[in-house]
Amino acid sequence: MANVFTSIGNWVNERAPGMMPVYRKHMTEYYAPKNFNFWYYFGVLAMVVLVNQILTGIFLTMFYKPGAATAFDSVEYIMRDVDWGWLIRYMHSTGASMFFIVIYLHMFRGLMYGSYKKPRELVWLLGMFIFLALMAEAFMGYVLPWGNMSFWGAKVIISLFGAVPLIGDTLVQWIMGDYNPADATLNRFFALHVIALPLVLLLLVVLHIFALHEVGSNNPDGVEIKKKKDPATGKPLDGIPFHPYYTVHDIVGIGFFLTICAFIIFYQPTVGGWFLENDNFIPANPLVTPPEIKPVWYFTPFYGILRVIPSKGLGIFAMFASIVLLFLLPWVDRGAVKSIRYRGLGYKLALGLFAATFLLLGSIGAGITGEMIPKLFGASADVTSIEMHFGWLLVLMYFGYFIFLWIYTAFGYEKTKPVPDRVTFGGH
Amino acid sequence: MMRKTALVFAVFAFAAPVFAEEGGGLEVANTKVGNIASLQRGARLYFNYCSGCHSIKYQSYSRLAEDLKLSPDEVLSNFAFTGAKIGDQVVSNMPSKPAVGDSPAEGAEVWFGKAPPDLSLEARAKGPDWIYTYLKSFYLDPSRPVGWNNTVFPGASMPNVLWELQGTQVAHYAPAKPGEEPAVEKLELASKGKLSAEEFDSAARDITAFLQYVGEPAALKREAVGVWAILYLAFFTFLAWLLNKEYWKDVG
Repeated sequence: MANVFTSIGNWVNERAPGMMPVYRKHMTEYYAPKNFNFWYYFGVLAMVVLVNQILTGIFLTMFYKPGAATAFDSVEYIMRDVDWGWLIRYMHSTGASMFFIVIYLHMFRGLMYGSYKKPRELVWLLGMFIFLALMAEAFMGYVLPWGNMSFWGAKVIISLFGAVPLIGDTLVQWIMGDYNPADATLNRFFALHVIALPLVLLLLVVLHIFALHEVGSNNPDGVEIKKKKDPATGKPLDGIPFHPYYTVHDIVGIGFFLTICAFIIFYQPTVGGWFLENDNFIPANPLVTPPEIKPVWYFTPFYGILRVIPSKGLGIFAMFASIVLLFLLPWVDRGAVKSIRYRGLGYKLALGLFAATFLLLGSIGAGITGEMIPKLFGASADVTSIEMHFGWLLVLMYFGYFIFLWIYTAFGYEKTKPVPDRVTFGGH
Repeated sequence: MMRKTALVFAVFAFAAPVFAEEGGGLEVANTKVGNIASLQRGARLYFNYCSGCHSIKYQSYSRLAEDLKLSPDEVLSNFAFTGAKIGDQVVSNMPSKPAVGDSPAEGAEVWFGKAPPDLSLEARAKGPDWIYTYLKSFYLDPSRPVGWNNTVFPGASMPNVLWELQGTQVAHYAPAKPGEEPAVEKLELASKGKLSAEEFDSAARDITAFLQYVGEPAALKREAVGVWAILYLAFFTFLAWLLNKEYWKDVG
């Protein structure tokens, strides 16, 4: 048997001699720092979810019928009459939310350990483009079941483009292909969701990984392992081959992650209306507005910014700026020390506040804050006013993070701890 | 560090459903979709009291027979009052608009002001607690066209079709604030029905469970398969962990 594999391997190698070097470069001779911790699982988990979305998406496409008159019925057909259709659909819908959970944690890891800093700016930029493409992909996917939230969500989000000066209204009609989200909108979103954006995403993911493998992975100590090499072999002293050490390591994380996903898929597929919203089980109806139009949870922090700023134009500007600033992070943060372990107290506090701000903005966007205010301040409290003022504070804190970070690092206010020469590793 | 971060992650992962719990003055339905006897009772009530007006168009009679462990004959003779065949979907005979040749005063839209909605996904859209409380919250209100109102859904077009089981309730109003309609403070049973309060609660629970099943027939299979999927993945993760430990012995 081993002989058969060897001879097949040789046969391929003779004809495509460039393949083994590529495999070695990215797997067996890619040296990753040996001190990765819990936070380093989320990159590979994002890949697992991406593969899941593509595979389940292919099967959904076989039964889903785009079109305003057919979409909703075809989703129910998948849920009821297609063998295991409900499982495929729940894997896809749960995957969408899990994608954002792992991506947000993956990005937070980048902030904690300074993974966006020189020489990894390009890795970060490509990652941000992935995030942007993912948001577009998720939004369009959400429209496809053509429930009432799909319709009204599409209407609200597309109408944001109406704030563009001069061409706003024309632009909105051009995107929708109609005066309202309708059959034409649904069909073009289907095309973008199942082929255009997945191609973009895949390309960006490949570039993200290639860019990473050029400069090498960062680690929880923020130490460049390439600076300390074994003089005899030329390999980083603190590096270990990605395959087999991190492949076998990642499989444990993947197994654990899939177990959590299975629990959601089989026992809590709607997660109480957070992964699949109740109002989306009502067919799209342009005449009936849902009691509360809000996006799915993963967009709520950005929607929160939009909601608390009274001027539509300014709100949209702030929402886009909140994402653009993330792109610019490598140049906002001038500190030389990467990892939070050795950074100043100011950075630790600021990052903690930034994360809390992001979650609280999400609670405003999701309407949780609006429900909490009467409980905290009594039934007569002015919910709108309290929420607005709280929201403004949060918006200031969100943007304040970037301003603080720039001043703190560019003018030498940060008191860092000495960074060790080698990574700290306690063994497994 | 590792343990702390894992804990933070776990808290976030499991906090979401807790936040999602809704109060809103609804009673807890306490339904069990896996209880086939309850679903059968619910189906009987549904077809006797609801299906005249409300369709469940995504549900077929044959799937009903299969999932509720009834024979096709039992389903057709007990549930199909419209002359439907076993492979048909459950649709009501009530026209929403007047048929050709009928007087324009015919059809559900004229009779109720609005066609009775399809209930296939009602339990998914509104939640079981809403349906359960709604069924229990009808009261006599002469100001409404059909003579009934509902505290969960004020101004509902639907009369209390379960009145012969529940009896009739009347509302006690709170003192009205100036310029406002008086709010319903509580409902009181004015005349008894065929069932006691406990029996009626259980009937409302059975109808709710049946609509929950209709909302997602896969739920029956989903929960049964899930145990095996999770056990398999947990065992796989355990093996992967052992393998990982073996490999990482080399790394010092």
